[in-house]
Amino acid sequence: MPTSEAPSAASRPVPAWEELVTSALLGTDRRPPPGTRGAAAAGALLDAAARQALRRRAGLRPGPAAALPERAPDDPRPPLPEAARRRLDRLLAGRAAPAPPGGRRGTAPDLAELLPQWLAMADERGYKAPPASLPALLDAARARTDLRPRALALAGPRGLWLARLNPEWRFALRGGGAGGSLPDPGDAEAVRELWEEGLFAERVALLGAVRAKDPAAGRELLAAGWAGERAEDRLMFLDSLRAGLSAADEEFLEAALADRSRNVRATAAELLSALPGSALAARMAARAVTCVGLDRTLFVPTVVVEAPHECDEEMRRDGVVAVPPAGRGERSWWLGQLVEAAPLSCWPARFGGRTPEEVVALPVADDWRAELHAAWCRAAVRQRDAGWSRALLGDPSTPPATGPGTSSLGERAQLLTMLAAEERARWVAAFVAAHGLSEAFQLLGVCAVPWAEPLGDAVIDALDAARDAGGYPWSFSGVMGLAERCLSPAAARRLESLAALPEPEDTSPGAGAYWSEAFQRLVATLDLRARMRAELD
Amino acid sequence: MGVRRTAEQVLALAPDEASRRAGSGLGTARSWSGAGTDGGAVWGRCEGDGPMPYRTVVDTTGPACSCTCPSRKSPCEHALGLLLLWAADEAAVPAADGPPDWAADRLPALRAGAAGAARRAEGGAPADPEAARRRAERRAARVTAGAEELERRLADLVRGGLAAAGQRGYGPWEETAARMVDAQAPGLAGRARELGAIPGSGPGWPVRLLEECALTHLLDRAWLAGDRLPAGLAATVRTRVGLPSVPGGTAGRDRWLVLAQYDTGDGRLTTRRIWLHGTDSGRTALLLSFGAGGRAPALALPVGAVVAGELTPHAGAGQLRAEPGEPLVPVGGPAGPPPGGPVGAALDAYGRALREDPWLDSWPVTLGRVVPARAEYGWQLADADGREALPLTGADRARPGLWRLLALSGGAPVTVFGECGHRGFTPLAAWSPDLPAETVPLL
Repeated sequence: MPTSEAPSAASRPVPAWEELVTSALLGTDRRPPPGTRGAAAAGALLDAAARQALRRRAGLRPGPAAALPERAPDDPRPPLPEAARRRLDRLLAGRAAPAPPGGRRGTAPDLAELLPQWLAMADERGYKAPPASLPALLDAARARTDLRPRALALAGPRGLWLARLNPEWRFALRGGGAGGSLPDPGDAEAVRELWEEGLFAERVALLGAVRAKDPAAGRELLAAGWAGERAEDRLMFLDSLRAGLSAADEEFLEAALADRSRNVRATAAELLSALPGSALAARMAARAVTCVGLDRTLFVPTVVVEAPHECDEEMRRDGVVAVPPAGRGERSWWLGQLVEAAPLSCWPARFGGRTPEEVVALPVADDWRAELHAAWCRAAVRQRDAGWSRALLGDPSTPPATGPGTSSLGERAQLLTMLAAEERARWVAAFVAAHGLSEAFQLLGVCAVPWAEPLGDAVIDALDAARDAGGYPWSFSGVMGLAERCLSPAAARRLESLAALPEPEDTSPGAGAYWSEAFQRLVATLDLRARMRAELD
Repeated sequence: MGVRRTAEQVLALAPDEASRRAGSGLGTARSWSGAGTDGGAVWGRCEGDGPMPYRTVVDTTGPACSCTCPSRKSPCEHALGLLLLWAADEAAVPAADGPPDWAADRLPALRAGAAGAARRAEGGAPADPEAARRRAERRAARVTAGAEELERRLADLVRGGLAAAGQRGYGPWEETAARMVDAQAPGLAGRARELGAIPGSGPGWPVRLLEECALTHLLDRAWLAGDRLPAGLAATVRTRVGLPSVPGGTAGRDRWLVLAQYDTGDGRLTTRRIWLHGTDSGRTALLLSFGAGGRAPALALPVGAVVAGELTPHAGAGQLRAEPGEPLVPVGGPAGPPPGGPVGAALDAYGRALREDPWLDSWPVTLGRVVPARAEYGWQLADADGREALPLTGADRARPGLWRLLALSGGAPVTVFGECGHRGFTPLAAWSPDLPAETVPLL
């Protein structure tokens, strides 16, 4: 509004912002701002708008605060040492980085493969993750499920607090990751409440937790409402009895042999047969020994096999599957199941007091050897029997195809896990020394990390021999990768000399450079692992 | 005198992830022979795939490097590897009285190059003052013609109405921007391009378009007013229009905490911004560095480091930009965050800064005792007393930083440095009360 004073440019009232926006939207030709006309209107509008825009910006005020978030629970664990903190950031950044072009690995260590080891070491030492690294840690755990348990343990309560804010990290709140919300297994009332009202995943996690602390309490929890559970839930719950399985579980399992669901019955039978003292094991032993015996009338005592002629009702109730998979004869199928489920302790008596080694060494009549030994291998793994595993593995220097037990490397690896770590390493070392690396990958994979000295030496010798024989390093990339992760850092000194060795004249053209590169990467990775460990201590 | 950097500081120099990887692989003693240092330079021979080893020499005060390898990246993987080796293992790079001849030959050029690079980026120092004056006059006349044309374009737009302009789309503005480039006024060209993008920028665009048109009009008018402006504002206007800005103030020496470093730009030009906080003077300074054609900008400083050196501020009212007179050298020693205030004070600071430079989009501020909280519209930073809050800007590139900020806070108050403006607050660095000496970068 004009005042009685003469209006000057500075004191002329500036039109309200909304008026200016309306004029500008419609155009000053149609809607000139108040007090202006014609061609000058555009300039006047822009002048006024500039003043108003600046006023709006200079006069900005904060808005009201939203409800502040709940604070993350305190984490009493010690923080990582400075160097380890930086190492974690590097490992996490290396994980996200793209692979180098061309797929050639160069001499730089593969950081993504070292992350699991680093996480395990940090968790063992009871550190908490640095808060600023949590997003990258959760991203890594999201991308790789094998990292999740360790990564979430390191992330701790603040990691879970953060995961609740970002839908991409919802995985952290499921299953084991929800550990924070499970009641204390000792709190009977809270356990009972969650067991009766919880979601399936929560109940599985709860049962696992209770079973780990008190196997009997876990079984009782399960028995209480057993008949009311759905068949697929019963199967999952029954499976969780595997942990802490003992003779005390026999009664419950024996009852489950009469379950409505075939899968539940089969699982119950399998668990019972892992208990060599159970009634089911005794029934299976009685059936098995009638099928397998010793013929002493021959010049060399020989095992003879008479496979079952039928799979009766009783056998089926004890978990024997009557119908074989396509391509297998039903009698040998039944025999395999009987021998697998019979306690191994029944055989020495059956074979005149022979030791497992002696039993395994007996000739077997009529081509039954492979079938019988394979079933014994499965039994040794199921019953966690070191003596029979040792016998079935045989002498490591015997070629796999002619040895006892099984020629399958996967099954041999399983047998190896039944042996103590030191014996396992010695056996694999002798195997590598005799047969080289081409069949050793799975066997090496079950050895304890870091590899014991004889095993490490055997692998290094074999790699050296492979180079001298004119091979290319990528033919051994699987073993090389394992060696990078599993060799003891102390082996680096031996490798240094290999990495520097002049190229032998008879290697394949150009292979020398690749070998040298591969050995350099191996040494660099071992160096890095040694540093990683030192940084954490 | 150069100072040994940590491995992280070296890796921060890498132009890209591939170099970082390759450099890491070369940071071992067995990759190198004849390595040494005299404090100001590091040198060594790196065994490559070829018959001849690459010869690498790094001036550590720059850092500037020279290498016989064919890589066009700077620093190349060999220079990175050599610096990493020096960082990890002092014994592998023994001290020497002076570089060997092959390295000594290359050092002078290297040092001259490092010092001259910054000046060249700004257009070079004039050799002939008279010719330079005539060139400047010719350029000013072209800018004036450009500003007048842009004024006509804005007047036409407002006369016909923004609604109609919104329907015509981006094309006419792209053409106007090209004409401003011809007029040698890149600042005006940038504004024209932004004006063209606003109608597609979502709800409320007419208000934003009017604001930006009005401020562009203000800039045109200010340029055309020329001599009548106070000297400080005139220098600001020249910079905003796009004429080269020159260091002109009084140089100040300090120990600077590196608060943030981030790059923006298109494929043709990368602009790197580095925010520094003077731990003695309390001043805030902005270093700019440019990289053309996909190359990394020459200047790189690790966030959280403390560097010492002299900075000369650029001319112009309210300008924070400064130029290092000599390479900044890391001096180590952790430093706490700049003193922070409540969110209201941050907006006050932005408002005050607009008086000096009305075209500012944001202003660097430090917020003390703030908590990230989720509001209906998105995330905000709230004062710990839970009364007032600033919205966070929604730039996608800030997302990982937002999660880091949340993780650091855990719901408790933190100190946050960032840019506060009319679009909201962009967090760039944060400190938790548990570890005040640890600067956590958020970009």
